[in-house]
Amino acid sequence: MLALESGGGSSLLTWMTFLPLVGAIVITLLPGKARELHRTVALVTAAGPLVLAVKLFTSFDRGTADIQLWQQVAWIPSFNIQYFVGVDGISVTMILLTAFLSFLCIVASWNIDKHTKGYFALFLLLETGMMGVFIALDFFLFYVFWEIMLLPMYFLIGVWGGPRREYAAIKFFLYTLAGSVLMLLAMIALYLNVQDPATGGHTFNMLHMMNQANHGSWLLNPDIRHVLFLGLFIGFAIKVPIFPFHTWLPDAHVEAPTAVSVILAGVLLKMGTYGILRICYPMLPDAAAWFSYPLAILGAINIIYGACCAMAQTDMKKLVAYSSVSHMGYVLLGLAVFNEAGMTGAVLQMFNHGTITAMMFLMVGVIYDRAHHREINGFGGLGMVMPRYTSMFSLALFAALGLPGLSGFVGEALVFVGAFEVYRTVTIISGLGIIIGAAYVLWMLQRVFLGPLNEKYTELPEITTRELVSVVPIAVLVILFGVYPPPLINMIKQSLLHLIAQIPA
Amino acid sequence: MNFTWSDAAYFWPEAIMALTFIACVLTDLVTRGRRHGVTLSVLIAGTVVSLAMTVIKAPEASHYVFGQMVVIDPFAHFFRYVFLFVTLVTAVFSYSSREIMGKDRENQGEYYSFLAVMCFGMMVMAEANDLLMLALSIELVSITSYIMAGYARFSLRSTEASLKYVLWGAMSSGVMLYGASILYGLTGATGFSAIREGLLAGSGSELALLVGMLFVLAGIGYKISAVPFHFWTPDVYEGAPTPVTALFSAGPKAAGFALLIRFFYTSLVQTDGTGGVTLLEGIQWPWLLAIMSAVTMTWGNLAALRQTNVKRMLAYSSIAHVGYLLMGFVLLTQAGLQAILFYLLIYAIMNLGAFLVVIALNNRLHSEHMDDYAGLGYREPILAGAMTIFLFSLTGLPPTAGFVAKFYLFAALVDSQLWWLALLGVLNSVISLYYYMSIARSMYFTPATETGGLGLSRAHVALVVILAVPTLVLGLYWSPVKALADSSLAFLLGG
Repeated sequence: MLALESGGGSSLLTWMTFLPLVGAIVITLLPGKARELHRTVALVTAAGPLVLAVKLFTSFDRGTADIQLWQQVAWIPSFNIQYFVGVDGISVTMILLTAFLSFLCIVASWNIDKHTKGYFALFLLLETGMMGVFIALDFFLFYVFWEIMLLPMYFLIGVWGGPRREYAAIKFFLYTLAGSVLMLLAMIALYLNVQDPATGGHTFNMLHMMNQANHGSWLLNPDIRHVLFLGLFIGFAIKVPIFPFHTWLPDAHVEAPTAVSVILAGVLLKMGTYGILRICYPMLPDAAAWFSYPLAILGAINIIYGACCAMAQTDMKKLVAYSSVSHMGYVLLGLAVFNEAGMTGAVLQMFNHGTITAMMFLMVGVIYDRAHHREINGFGGLGMVMPRYTSMFSLALFAALGLPGLSGFVGEALVFVGAFEVYRTVTIISGLGIIIGAAYVLWMLQRVFLGPLNEKYTELPEITTRELVSVVPIAVLVILFGVYPPPLINMIKQSLLHLIAQIPA
Repeated sequence: MNFTWSDAAYFWPEAIMALTFIACVLTDLVTRGRRHGVTLSVLIAGTVVSLAMTVIKAPEASHYVFGQMVVIDPFAHFFRYVFLFVTLVTAVFSYSSREIMGKDRENQGEYYSFLAVMCFGMMVMAEANDLLMLALSIELVSITSYIMAGYARFSLRSTEASLKYVLWGAMSSGVMLYGASILYGLTGATGFSAIREGLLAGSGSELALLVGMLFVLAGIGYKISAVPFHFWTPDVYEGAPTPVTALFSAGPKAAGFALLIRFFYTSLVQTDGTGGVTLLEGIQWPWLLAIMSAVTMTWGNLAALRQTNVKRMLAYSSIAHVGYLLMGFVLLTQAGLQAILFYLLIYAIMNLGAFLVVIALNNRLHSEHMDDYAGLGYREPILAGAMTIFLFSLTGLPPTAGFVAKFYLFAALVDSQLWWLALLGVLNSVISLYYYMSIARSMYFTPATETGGLGLSRAHVALVVILAVPTLVLGLYWSPVKALADSSLAFLLGG
């Protein structure tokens, strides 16, 4: 059971979460033609959470697993629903990722000219939803934020997306909602069977739900616990996405505008694994242990299947999308083994995949803006025309294939170290994913940037300063956390150790 | 309990609506049907006075009037708010509706007198405490509905709708009356509580009781359009003038539920004193109702999927919502019934809102086809934005009131461990997302063929916004409204 840090109580998280919403409201009130103003307001309001997130990251007390900076206010007393927020090490990492990517995505969206008012307002609303998920400690509140995200995402894909945007948008919406409603039922079941130790009534308080002593007699039946775990897990698995619930992902990622793809892959997928870490595991630890092996196998399937699919793609964006399926498999594999190395690797991979994929999507966006297509075989020799662009993209690709010295390596290596102790065969099979991963990455690199120059593209302009501004900060983090990961590892260590201690061997 | 004047004072809101009806007819006569604005003012004044009386004379216990025929208690009181609200909103948006107040219409004012009498009928439906009153009030509402459905009498669609409605209505009324006569034969009583006492004393034939109850259920099921008594709904909803459709989908439906709850609860249910309830006789009511609920929502949603006419789609979706509402009724638990009351109120707001948008667009586009909504998100941003809120709310997504309402229904089901129905319910919500979003898709994803606004009246847009605000606000803070619904029901259950 997690404890609240004594003397906590802070409104920092609330500011961070609702500042973008304020920005969104301001933008809706501005005249529709004031495009520069929309962008500027969005940039300024997204800068706020970023500054606060950096402050949070640096000032967070890494020596304890307690919930910090919490805030608890009654919301709907008759149903014991509270506005209850707070963070531990895992949430802080995710918040930093969210604030960082949201800010850069607004920079990357500067060239959006169609209905800027709606675009930036929805984008900021999306940021509020994402932040809210990572800070909520009341399950009802969590669910509300979880669902609020869907609305802007639907419109962002549907209005500003590619040719098959309508299909992709509704598919994303339907899949995610199907998962959410299962989570809703499981949430209600937990609510009705968990006692608030203070009042004896029902509670949505996630910390109370994590304390097994508060679980009612109905909830002690192992079968029921397994079913509830599955209900919650499927809700999160669709978001991750875990095979066989992944089919929305390639459609949504490919059709979404660049910045939205970045958010989808960079942050939204992490919500799935974050949900598993924050809700499935601590609330039903015995069920988690029971499902450990199937989880590891699902992880392996994701790794291999995603990598094979990526290999077969001819569209760059689709390749990156499938590589996400593969990389999220590592996270799942690490989560399945419940030891320090595996879990640390998983959370690091969550953060690092967020940054690396963001870079890749941004880079694909850059070339798409120039060539208006993304066919891997349609390019060739771009390294001669766009050397700076080539080096940035290569950095992202090398990080994605797990080159030591870049951040992708650290997470994957730790996952394998942790998983190898527990499930040898599965881990060895998953290792193949690294090889396939290297293959599709290098093959794409070769076809796009090396070889003879495609005559059509001798005049392609080099990457602009604005585009560099949106991607260089990510590159810095990729290198920094590749060479020196302790700031991240120390951040999550206590929280993970605390969680692992809950799970029966 | 004998009739006393002090109890009769609680009947003022209804009496005022009856007087309003007469006043509307007279006004229409005096103005020779040419100045319908005056008649509208009379109706609004009457409704507001009735609302004021409702607030002033809030019953804190059961007050019987007309020899126990009618009971006024907090339960009926809650529904008065719903009906008066629905009447008021319908009246206002009928005024600006092309379909109803079109230029070629003579006697425009008479429409408002129907609204007044409809409101009166619905209020009495929620207060009926006797089989006779049940039949009378249902007929009052039904006959008014037939006229209103065919109100656009030069429209073939509208006339057809009315005729279909009459035929179905006549049959179901007959069946219901037959069922009522069986119940009377079994128990020798027409009052709801007297029927219960009769049944407790031993009714003799279980089969006769089942048939009688089923027939009455069929009559009410027709009113709320639950499957398999729903066949009239799509055609009538599509054919009737849109403001009338909006009224049908919110008002009589709520009245039907009020009657359903009161009739079953008072005549069939034996409280065991600990808050739980047992049903009289050995009939598996919960199973019957659970299956009815499951079929109703699934059928409504699946049928709505294929619609391209927004009005017809909303008609099917209203059937689906009846299915959701019935979920709360299945086990007759307190939590379930509370959830129904709350849902009915929220549903009235969000559904009226959605229909109001359809009316506004019909006035200009002369169509309800989804393709004609293309690009409205850019031509009429406020209207489309409000419509999106209503659609999200109808789907049941946070942070809208529709989510909260559905949440309570599911919570009641999970509490009763009726998992399969809860699961079916949430999956149905996912299905409904598809067709609700297809409207949003038209409005936002498809480019407009023309540019510029539609030139909607400011008042109309303002009314839409007035409904959109509570749809959103009640999704974020709903304690007082939920408390009102809970307390009004607690009384019925306690008694």
